[in-house]
Amino acid sequence: MTTARYRDALKYGAIWVFILVELAFFSIAGEFMSTSDKAFMDFDNMLLLLKQSAPIGIIALGMTIIMINGNIDLSVGATYALAAIVLLDSMTWPALQAMGDWAIPVAWGLALLTGAVLGAINGLIVWKTGVDAFIVTLGSMLGYRGLVFMINGEQPTSHLNWTLVDFAEAQFLGLHTATWFLLITALALWLLMTRTVHGRNAYAIGNNREAAVNAGIRVGPHMVWNFVLIGFLAALSAVVFYSESGSVNPNDGMLFELWAITAVVLGGTKLTGGYGSILSTLGGVIAIQLLRKGLGHIGAATETVNLVIGLILIAVLLLDRQLNRKGQEELKI
Amino acid sequence: MTAPIPVLRLEGIVKTFPGVRALDGVSLSVMPGEVHALMGENGAGKSTLMKVLGGIHAPDTGQIFIAEEPTVMTSPQQAKAKGVVFIHQELSLADELSVAENIFLGELPLKSFGRVDWTKLYADTDAILKTLNVGFDAKTRVGDLSIANQQMVEIGRALTVNPRAVIFDEPTASLTDAEKVVLFKVIADLQTKGVGIIYISHRMEEIFKITDRISVLRDGQYRGTLTTADTSEDEVTQLMIGRSLDLSRNTSHHALGDVALEVRGLCCGKLFHDVSFALRKGEVLGFYGLVGAGRTEIAETLFGLRTPRAGQILLNGQEVKITSPIEAIRHGISLVPEDRKHQGLVLGMNCRDNMTLPQIDDLTAGPFVSDGAEVAIFDHYRDKLDIRTPGWHQTVGNLSGGNQQKIVIGKWLSMRPQVLIVDEPTRGIDVGSKAEIHNLIRDLGAQGYAVIVISSEMPEVLHVSDRIIAMFSGRVMREFTSEEVTEDNLVQAISGIEANKFVEGR
Repeated sequence: MTTARYRDALKYGAIWVFILVELAFFSIAGEFMSTSDKAFMDFDNMLLLLKQSAPIGIIALGMTIIMINGNIDLSVGATYALAAIVLLDSMTWPALQAMGDWAIPVAWGLALLTGAVLGAINGLIVWKTGVDAFIVTLGSMLGYRGLVFMINGEQPTSHLNWTLVDFAEAQFLGLHTATWFLLITALALWLLMTRTVHGRNAYAIGNNREAAVNAGIRVGPHMVWNFVLIGFLAALSAVVFYSESGSVNPNDGMLFELWAITAVVLGGTKLTGGYGSILSTLGGVIAIQLLRKGLGHIGAATETVNLVIGLILIAVLLLDRQLNRKGQEELKI
Repeated sequence: MTAPIPVLRLEGIVKTFPGVRALDGVSLSVMPGEVHALMGENGAGKSTLMKVLGGIHAPDTGQIFIAEEPTVMTSPQQAKAKGVVFIHQELSLADELSVAENIFLGELPLKSFGRVDWTKLYADTDAILKTLNVGFDAKTRVGDLSIANQQMVEIGRALTVNPRAVIFDEPTASLTDAEKVVLFKVIADLQTKGVGIIYISHRMEEIFKITDRISVLRDGQYRGTLTTADTSEDEVTQLMIGRSLDLSRNTSHHALGDVALEVRGLCCGKLFHDVSFALRKGEVLGFYGLVGAGRTEIAETLFGLRTPRAGQILLNGQEVKITSPIEAIRHGISLVPEDRKHQGLVLGMNCRDNMTLPQIDDLTAGPFVSDGAEVAIFDHYRDKLDIRTPGWHQTVGNLSGGNQQKIVIGKWLSMRPQVLIVDEPTRGIDVGSKAEIHNLIRDLGAQGYAVIVISSEMPEVLHVSDRIIAMFSGRVMREFTSEEVTEDNLVQAISGIEANKFVEGR
C-alpha cells in the first residue's frame, strides 16, 4: 500500500513540483536575462497566465476524462472553432438582435449546444461502430473543420457585443472571467471523477473494459456521455474566449487537440486509459503556459518554445516509464 | 565421448512471484536423442519453468547447464543462439509475411547495404521445409496456411540453427490425427540427430507413444522422473495430482432447497448443444470436461455474454431472457470468470472499488458515492472471506492470486446472487489458497447458495461438487451424484469414450 500511495503521490504531485521549479528558474534567470525590469512572479502576470491558460485548459480537463476512459478526441479544435462561429454569427441574426442583451445567453446556449451535439455524434459513432476513437475523431476533426470553412468561408466572422466584452474582461475577486470558468470546470470535473459513479466507471472502463462489462456497466452510453461532455467543454472554451475577442478565423483552434493532450499527458494521465487526475491536468496546463511565458520573459525567441515543450514532454514520459516499470513487473506473472 | 552428457540440465530452480512460489527447487535433465515429457496440472509450474529456461524470468536460485556448461539465460534469442529452441502452443507468426520471412524473422540473410538476400532466403527455407516434408513452399503467405501447417512453420524456425534442445509446448493441441503423425516423425528425425526434446503435453496417449522419460511437476515442486517404458498412466497421474491438498470426496449432506436455475435444451451454434440441467439452492454443481468442451461457453450464455440459439433458462421457475451481463446481474446470476485478470478485475483499481463495482449505483448519497457504505461492504466481505490485504486502498493488481479471487467472489456475494457461477476457481492460485477457495465454495453451498463450479481439475470437481455434469464436445454426457462418481467413469465420460456408446445406444 505504501509503495502504491507513494507512487501515486509522486506521479500526481510531480507536475506541481515541476511548476515550482519553473517559477524558481524563470524568476532567477529573469533577474539576469530579462529584457523587462518587471519580476516574473508579478501578481498581475500570474493572473494573466491563468486567464491565458483557460481556452486550452478547459478542453484539456475534458480530454482527461476521455483519456482516462481509454479514448481520445482529436476533433476538439474544430468543435471549438465551430462553436465560436455559432456564438458570433447567431448574435447577428435579426431574431436575436431584436432581443437586446437577452441575445447573449441565447447565443451562448446555441454555441454550447453545438459543441454537445458534435461530441454526441463522435460518441455515437464510437459506440455503434466500435471503430477506435482515434480514427473516428480524426475523421470528425477534418469534417468539422470542413464545416467551419463551409459556413464561414475564408474570412473571419466578427461581432462585438460590448456587454459581452465587459463581462469577459471583468475581474471578480481579482480573477478574470475566463479563469473562473477554468477553475469552476476543474472543480466540477474533479468532483465528477473522484466522487461520482460516472467517474468511478470511467476509470474502470479505461482500465479493463471487459471486466467493466462483466460488472454490468453500460460501457457504450457511458462513453457517449463523455464525448458529449468534451464537446460541451470545447464549446465552453470557445464561448469564454470569443466573448472577449469577438472575431473568429476559420483556422482558429487548430492544434488545440494536441496541446490539450500534451497538458493531460504532462499531468500524468495514461494514454492507455484507467489512470489519471483532473487536478494534475490543471497542473499540466499551467506548466505549459508558464513555460511559454517564462521563455518569453528571459528573452528566448518564440520559435524555441515548442522545441523546449516537446523535449520536456518526452523527458516526462521517459521518467514516467522508469517510475512505473517496477509496478508493471508485479502484474505480469 | 564415453558417457553421454545431458544436452540440457536444470538444477534447483526456484522462482517466486509476489504471493506465489511458482517453482520450488525444480531439477530436470535431458539427454541427447531423448524425448523427455514434462507433465503437471495447470499451474504446476511448467510454463514458468520454460520461461526461466527461455530467459524471460530470471530464477531466484538454481542453475541452468547446457552440455554441462553453466549458462545464464537472458532472452529467448540468446537461448536460441545457444541451441535451445521453443515451439510454443500459441503461434507467434506474422500472418502477412511469407513462410520464409517468418522462419528467418530477425535473422534474414543480407547482401551489401542491408538488402535482403531473397535468393538465399528462399533456398534456405525450402531446404528446411524439405526436412519437414510439408506441401507448401517458402513464398506462401503464412496467413493462408492451416493451423497445422503454421505449426510446421513454427518448427521450421527452430531448425534455422542446429538445435541442441527443442521444447514443444502442447504442440498437438490443434492438430488432427494425420497431422500429429507428421509432427511425431519430425520429432523422431530430431531425435536421431541427437537433439534433446522436452515435450509438454496433457495427453497421456501421446506421452506414452513418443517419450522416453516423464518428469512431473506439482504445485511448483519436482515430483520425480519416470522411465516411460516402466510406468503406467496411473502412476503418472498419481504423481501429478498427489494428495498434498485435502481433496477428499464431498460427502457433506445438507438439505437442498427449491430449484433455483433450470436450463432446457440450450444450444449455442457449434459450441454446445441441447444442454439441460437443474440446480437447486444449496447445491454445488460441478461441470467437468476438457478445455473446449463448452463449459465456459454455457457459463457465458447464462451470464448474457453469448446469445443462445435455442433453449430456455428458468430462474425460480420463471423463464428469463438474458441478453447482457446487466440483465444477468439483475436476475441475480453472477459469474466469477475463468480469466480473473482480464475478465474479472480492474487491476489498476483498489480492492474496495473492485468489490463494489457492480452495485455502486446503489451506494450513492446525493450525487456522490458514499464512502462509508462502500467501506462497510468491503470490510464485511474482507472478514467473511478472510481477504488478506493491508487495506481497502491496496491496488488489486498487487494482491496474490488467491486474494484476488476472493475479491471477485466477494464482489458477487455482496450482490446476493441467486446463482453463482465460478469458472476455474483456483487457476493460478497456490496450494494453500486453493484449499481456502474450496472450503469457501462448499460453505456457500451449505449456506444455501446455488453454485456452479467449472473446473478442469478432477480432484477439485470431486472435492467441491454435490453433483457433477460431465461434458464432451459441447454435450452433456452424463450426470453423476457424488456417491456414484469415480475417477474412471468421469474420465470415460469426458473423453468421448461414452459418446460413441451413447450415439450407438440411441
